Amino acid sequence: MSAPNSKRGSYFLITPMAVIFAIFLVVPLLTIVVVSFWNYDEYRILPDFIFENYSYLLGSSVTWQIYLNTLKYAALTWAFTLGIGFTVAYFLAFHVRSLTWQIILFMVCTIPFWTSNIIRMISWIPFLGRNGLLNQALMGTGIIHEPLEFLLFSDFAVVLADVHLYTLFMVVPIFNSMMRIDRSLIEAARDSGARDWATLRHIIVPLSKPGIAIGSIFVITVVMGDFITVRLMSGGQSASVGLQISNEIGMLQYPAAAASAVVLLITVLLIVTALLRLVDIRKEL
Amino acid sequence: MTTEKTKLKSILPGKDVTRRGFLKGAAATAGVAIGSGAITGFPTIWAQNIKNVTLRQFGTGVSNINAVADKVKEDLGFTLQMTALDSDAVAQRAVTQPNSFDIADIEYWICKKVFPAGTLQPMDVAKIKNYDKISPLFITGKLTPDSKIAQGTAPHKVGFVDGPDSTDFASAPTQWMTLIPTIYNADTLGIRPDLIGRPINSWAELLNPEFKGKASILNIPAIGIMDAAMVSEAMGEITYGDKGNMTQDEINKTIALMIEAKRAGQFRAFWKSFDESVNLMASGEVVIQSMWSPAIAAVRSKGIECKYQPLKEGYRAWGGGIGLAKHLSGLELEAAYEYINWYLSGWVGAYLNRQGYYSAAPETAKTFMSADEWGYWMEGKEAQGDVMSPEGKVMEKAGAVRDGGSYEERMGHVACWNSVMDENKHMVRKWNEFIAA
Repeated sequence: MSAPNSKRGSYFLITPMAVIFAIFLVVPLLTIVVVSFWNYDEYRILPDFIFENYSYLLGSSVTWQIYLNTLKYAALTWAFTLGIGFTVAYFLAFHVRSLTWQIILFMVCTIPFWTSNIIRMISWIPFLGRNGLLNQALMGTGIIHEPLEFLLFSDFAVVLADVHLYTLFMVVPIFNSMMRIDRSLIEAARDSGARDWATLRHIIVPLSKPGIAIGSIFVITVVMGDFITVRLMSGGQSASVGLQISNEIGMLQYPAAAASAVVLLITVLLIVTALLRLVDIRKEL
Repeated sequence: MTTEKTKLKSILPGKDVTRRGFLKGAAATAGVAIGSGAITGFPTIWAQNIKNVTLRQFGTGVSNINAVADKVKEDLGFTLQMTALDSDAVAQRAVTQPNSFDIADIEYWICKKVFPAGTLQPMDVAKIKNYDKISPLFITGKLTPDSKIAQGTAPHKVGFVDGPDSTDFASAPTQWMTLIPTIYNADTLGIRPDLIGRPINSWAELLNPEFKGKASILNIPAIGIMDAAMVSEAMGEITYGDKGNMTQDEINKTIALMIEAKRAGQFRAFWKSFDESVNLMASGEVVIQSMWSPAIAAVRSKGIECKYQPLKEGYRAWGGGIGLAKHLSGLELEAAYEYINWYLSGWVGAYLNRQGYYSAAPETAKTFMSADEWGYWMEGKEAQGDVMSPEGKVMEKAGAVRDGGSYEERMGHVACWNSVMDENKHMVRKWNEFIAA
């Protein structure tokens, strides 16, 4: 086969994918960008080219507060899911020896995902409430005398729910990376006198980086865009970028929502780019 | 969560396609019949075909009652499909998907927002049989000739337009009505008397530090801001020209006051849906909050004390009505008018009154209620027997008196109607600041 022919062949092969991306990703995104420059009143959106949506958004102290808040949730959730996810994956990959048990335990990790994530979130509410199970138990055993109010409708509750919901997104890719680590490397390390800790630091963590990066991208993008967890678990008292967008859509302020969405997209892309700078996923996969 | 679910449900394509197809067919057949001069009596055709009509109604949960749809089928023969959404979604859908509904069940403040978009058509009052029985609140804004017109989007202000194709609201009643009122009520604060243990008589109590961490306000900006204004005014912090149409300065001051309270930890949570308000109150997370009447009933039905506390500054009222989609015509339009006439003829009115709301034409509802029911719900009298909900559940025991008293006592003390302000954009931005603070 001649070279130009094979080139044509590859173009042909990528066409379906390109068309799907164009229709379902590029076109909607462009629409959002276009609408973000439109004007609006109480019940209509008016085609226009104005920068007011952006100037208000970027000039308002609320936006900065909301972004700070959302980043705080993302950072905390990321740190906890990484800690828990890495530990679980490590246990599964290196402590559980038989493949059968690895599979069984891995399945166990996914059991919570058999229910909707809204149900999983809501079930925290009666547990953490002022008269909830946890407070009753703590008061019953005499550990505390006044119910702990920070448990529900607080940042604590939001992060707790996020960690609960998204830890598996961390476990799966890290576990996957760990399973690819050549076991002879670990034996070699041990033979060279490295203790567990040194092996972890110099062999396992560096080789798990792609998994950590992928898991981090999952968790951070999901938390950055989340609105329902923040609304339910903070009792509507905290705001996140996603919640702001959802409110704007609710109030028919589509152009403002579009502008917020564009800014959020750019923010998340920057974070992802930074992550990919740290870890070259392509090279290490 | 139910709203999320209904939203999803409403996005899924229904049987509309085939129905549309059928109607087109039916219309064409009718056209041929008329053209050929074979049939002269329209009503006969309609009476026969009307059973095949399906009207799609959507609105806020309050009046989207399945029992109504069942009764429509029974009394009128056609099908009424109901979809319940939250107020924001209702406004949005009425404007952006004008062909997705036939009848919009919306509140008057939503009407002010939505009607100018031109997706609804006004109704000819000449075709409405019980027009003269509709409460004067919706016609002139005065319950009794000497009552004061309340602030805000009082229904009569957006109740009429100048002509059949007009979207400009008329300043006095005309022949063209935007919405036929269906359901309305006066809202106030709900309290847990067992956990508060002293009388409450002012909106100002919502921000009383005594209830720190145990208060809540509803997070629907257009309504929440009104409750906030009632509170601020009662505290003597701010005086308003019109709470339903505040100036930027009034909005800023109100929000500043609320932010201060929020930072001090006054609020336990903000609620957006009916269920949330019930749960907050029933679980004891909150002891005083903005609340809706059926939510009070829902808390009480769990055996928990809860009072819909009348307050000296008066009520914040709201009202809804049904409007016709612009695209309705012919047979469907006739069916819609029949539905409206039926709606005002009393059965629904009695049903709504028994739920603790008020019906648009109280006189017609009276004939469908027992004297005892009428006495309890409308006249503020002590109930002689147990008070039953429309579903047949005991709501109150004999001897109970309705919180707030009679119809005149409650609807006569409306301080402000739910509204949408000229400074709406500014208000929503400030409200978001409050939520983010």
